Formats: sequence, structure tokens, C-alpha cells
Amino acid sequence: MAYSEKVIDHYERPRNVGSFGTTKDVKERKDVGVGIVGAPECGDVMQLQIKVDPKTGKIEDAKFKTFGCGSAIASSSLATEWLKGKTLEEGLGIKNTHLVEELSLPPVKIHCSVLAEDAIRTAITDYQKKNGLPVSEEAHHHH
Amino acid sequence: MAQNVKTPIYLDNAATTRCDPRVVEAMLPYFTEEYGNPGSRNHRFGWASEAAVDTAREQIAALIGAQPKEIVFTSGSTEGNNLAIKGVAGMYAKAGTGQTARGHIITAMHEHKATLDPCKRLQKEGFDVTYLEPGADGIITAEMVRKAMREDTILVTIMWANNELGTINEVPEIGAVCREKSVIFHTDATQWVGKMPTDVERDNIDLMTFSGHKMYGPKGVGGIYVRRRRPRVRLVAQIEGGGQERGIRSGTLNVTGIVGLGKAAELCKQEMDSDQQRLLALRNRLETGLSEAMEHVHVNGHRERRLPNITNISFGFVEGEGLMMAIKDICCSSGSACTSASLEPSYVLKSLGIGDDLAHSSLRLSMGRWTTEAEIEFAIEKITWAVNHLRDLSPLYDMYKEGIDINAIEWQNH
Repeated sequence: MAYSEKVIDHYERPRNVGSFGTTKDVKERKDVGVGIVGAPECGDVMQLQIKVDPKTGKIEDAKFKTFGCGSAIASSSLATEWLKGKTLEEGLGIKNTHLVEELSLPPVKIHCSVLAEDAIRTAITDYQKKNGLPVSEEAHHHH
Repeated sequence: MAQNVKTPIYLDNAATTRCDPRVVEAMLPYFTEEYGNPGSRNHRFGWASEAAVDTAREQIAALIGAQPKEIVFTSGSTEGNNLAIKGVAGMYAKAGTGQTARGHIITAMHEHKATLDPCKRLQKEGFDVTYLEPGADGIITAEMVRKAMREDTILVTIMWANNELGTINEVPEIGAVCREKSVIFHTDATQWVGKMPTDVERDNIDLMTFSGHKMYGPKGVGGIYVRRRRPRVRLVAQIEGGGQERGIRSGTLNVTGIVGLGKAAELCKQEMDSDQQRLLALRNRLETGLSEAMEHVHVNGHRERRLPNITNISFGFVEGEGLMMAIKDICCSSGSACTSASLEPSYVLKSLGIGDDLAHSSLRLSMGRWTTEAEIEFAIEKITWAVNHLRDLSPLYDMYKEGIDINAIEWQNH
């Protein structure tokens, strides 16, 4: 199966690789929301972290690390790009279908985009819970 | 990077091999000059083709220690396995169609699908099938087979060498158990024949499947060895028609393919010893090179009882398909099934009790007649670079370095 140019681009030059500290650090940091989704035995684990500016409520930075195929890496890389500068509500507006479209993912790779959407939602919810904010309606939604 | 390497390099010889140019040369006249049908008994075109097929039969018989009459040509190993398994079941069934308790068949969980699927069909048709679970080393032993034997066992079908691992089952010993119990023994020797010494008499084999394109011959042709004496094995034909191949396999013979298969067999016999030694040295270098360059490199399957040309290696914390994308200059296979809709990793690796995470992290690298030392050095450098790169991207590797037990985490499964 051939990959689309955009998948290859994100795979070869992944954006925003990294984290805002160790697992313990980010758990304690109130300005960081963490989403870890997937499972090693399924062949995909995505870790997405957002750093929110408490004054503006906007996501000022986002980082990822992913264990998975090229499409999973590309989906999470693209998600971090899109999250930067967005409010939490806007971030929740990113849907897997948008990722599928942008990366031209074939049907067998749609689960990669679903996982990325899950990671976004989990990270935002984590931030909201840490900061005593109401958890967004959409964050409860489950596909 | 290693010098003098032309990319992409091919390390997927267990999937298929390059057809040897000497094989192609032998085949060519049979396309355009000697294009007769060996079934045409009354003119010289037919005779010439028939003679070529007879020569090929002799070449193959010589490679495996059989009589030429015991070779039946097929389209390849999928057909061969279907013919052997369904053909025996049909001939030796203990009860008629539509009934139950028609007979017992022993096979293994990590056989090729071309064996498993015919067995599954036979189960639906009233046969019982035992799927032996290999040990953690991937080996099926004679003892495992002996324990599974029943009064109504009619067939044991165990592959000689596993296609994903290269592990070698106890074939002569399993054959001996079958002899003792008067049960027919079939072995899928697709990965074995042409690479390793084979003697159907010494190795106690009744039926054996092999394929041209795994031994530097053409695709679309293969064969099955069918024992003719002590005991004489009979098969119900699965493809009916003109009665070619003594009625066991109808259809005009694939003369060009058969000529190629014969030539490939002849070359394999001549070059087996040198190929074997060279491939073993390359494989050992590859495994040592990768293990020395990185931590968490696991070779899957028995360390010694393996074909010299296949290695199956897991790289912890890295997903196989992602890894293959990073080493796109190296053509190989992965045990990760991220490409398939099921998301299930290789059932072969799972049958060994290898964790799903390591099964997802595996590569199968298989060398062949033209693999060079320089290519192996290139592969070591490239794979090492890619694994390190992907570990930098891997949340699991971070967790491991932080001392978090990945297996203790409650993952949300999809």
C-alpha cells in the first residue's frame, strides 16, 4: 500500500515530537493536559500533550509521541499542528474525518485518525479536570 | 552508510525469490520454439515438450530422493497443500459425505494458511482436526504428534520449516511416528526444498509440497511428492478434466514453468552446500550486528533449529509497519498486521506466546542467493538508525526509560 505525500511528509519530518516532562512531571503540571490512547498489543499508542495559557485559555503548544505505523505518526503529528493556537472548544472540533481528508488515509488506516481524535479529547478533558473546569459536552461523546 | 550497495535491497526471499537467469534461459525455448502440448502424443512438438517435462521430473526427483513418477506438478504450494490434505481426507475418510466422525487430522497452529484453511473446511465437512500448539521456540516435536495421535487419525500435516520464523520442525521423527502408526504424513516443505538436504526415504515422508518461486524458479509452478510404494498413497483429485498427471491433477501442463522448476531444482542441488554456508554467515552477521548495536532486540523462534536464510526479529518499543516505512530501501516483511483490517498481529508469533506488543514489533528478513555482505552491513546500519529514530518517537520507550512497567498499565483497547 502506498502512502500519500502528506503522510510521508509528517512521517519523515514529524512536527512537535516530545513531551513537557516525565510522566510524573506532567501529571503534576496544571497547565498541561495529557492524552494517552491505544494499546501496545493493538500496535498503536499515542501520547498527546497540550500546554494551555491560563490567561487566554488557548493551547499555546502541543507535543506528541506515537508508537505505531506511519499513518498513526502522521495523524498525531498533524493533530499537534492543528491544536496550536486553538481554544479548548475549537480543539474538540477537530474530528477524525478532518484528519482522514487532510492525509488521504485509506479505509484500513481510519482507526489511526480515530485514535488521534481520542487523544485530543483525552488531553483536553485531562486539562479541564486538573483545573476544575467543566468538562466539555463533546468530550463525553463517544464514537 | 555502507558503500557499493544498490538500493532497494531485497531481504524478502521467504516471500519469493528472484528467478535465476539460468532458469529463465532454460525456459525460453519452450515459449516460442518447443511450444507443444505434452499431451499431444502423435507429433514431434508434443514429444519434445513431453521430453522436457520428463527431464524436469528427473531433476526434481534427484533433488529430493524420489522416483520421477512420484512427482505431480501443480501451480504451487497452495494448490499442493489443498491437494494433499483434501485428497487424503477424501480417499481415507472413515465415513461418507454428510456424516460426522470421518477421521482425525493433526496439524499445527502456526502452519501456513494454505494448510489451515483446507483443514478448517474439512472440519466443517465432518473431520476432526487437532491444531498443535508449538513450544515457545516454535518447534513441533515428534512427541507432540505422538500424544495427539488417535485411533481414527488419517493424516498428519506439519510443515518442514516455518515461513515466518524459519524454525525447523522434527520432520524425520514425526514421519517415523506416522510410519509406526500407519498414518499418512504430509509436509509442506515450501521453505525447505532446494535449500536444505531432502531425502523422502530417509526423512519418512509420504506427501511433500514444494514451490518453484521459493527456490529461484518461476512463480505459478510447484509440485507434490506422492509416495508410490511402502505405502502407496492415493489422493482424490481436486481438479478434474483431461486426466494429466495420472489423473491426480488435470490441466495442460505448464511446460515452461515445469522446465524452469526442473532447472531451479538442478541448480539448488549443485549449489546447496555453498549457498547454505554463505547464507548462515550472513544471517549470523545480521543478528549479531543488530543485537550489538541496540538493546531490546529479540530473535524469535529456536536459535539453532532454523533455516540459514530467515531471521525474525522484534525490536522492543517500535511498531513493525512504522519501522518498514523508515527502512524503505530494505524490502522485507513485518509480523505487524497494521496493514490488515483485523489489526491482529501475526498468528504465527502469537502461537509462540510472544506478547502482542513484540509481535507488532517484528521484522522478517530473509536472504537469498544474491544477498551480499555489503547489503547486510547496509541493513544493519539502516535498521539501527530507524529503530533509534522511532524509539525517540515512542511513548513506550520513554515509559520504559522512566522505569514504568508497560505491562502493568491498563490500556484502553480499541
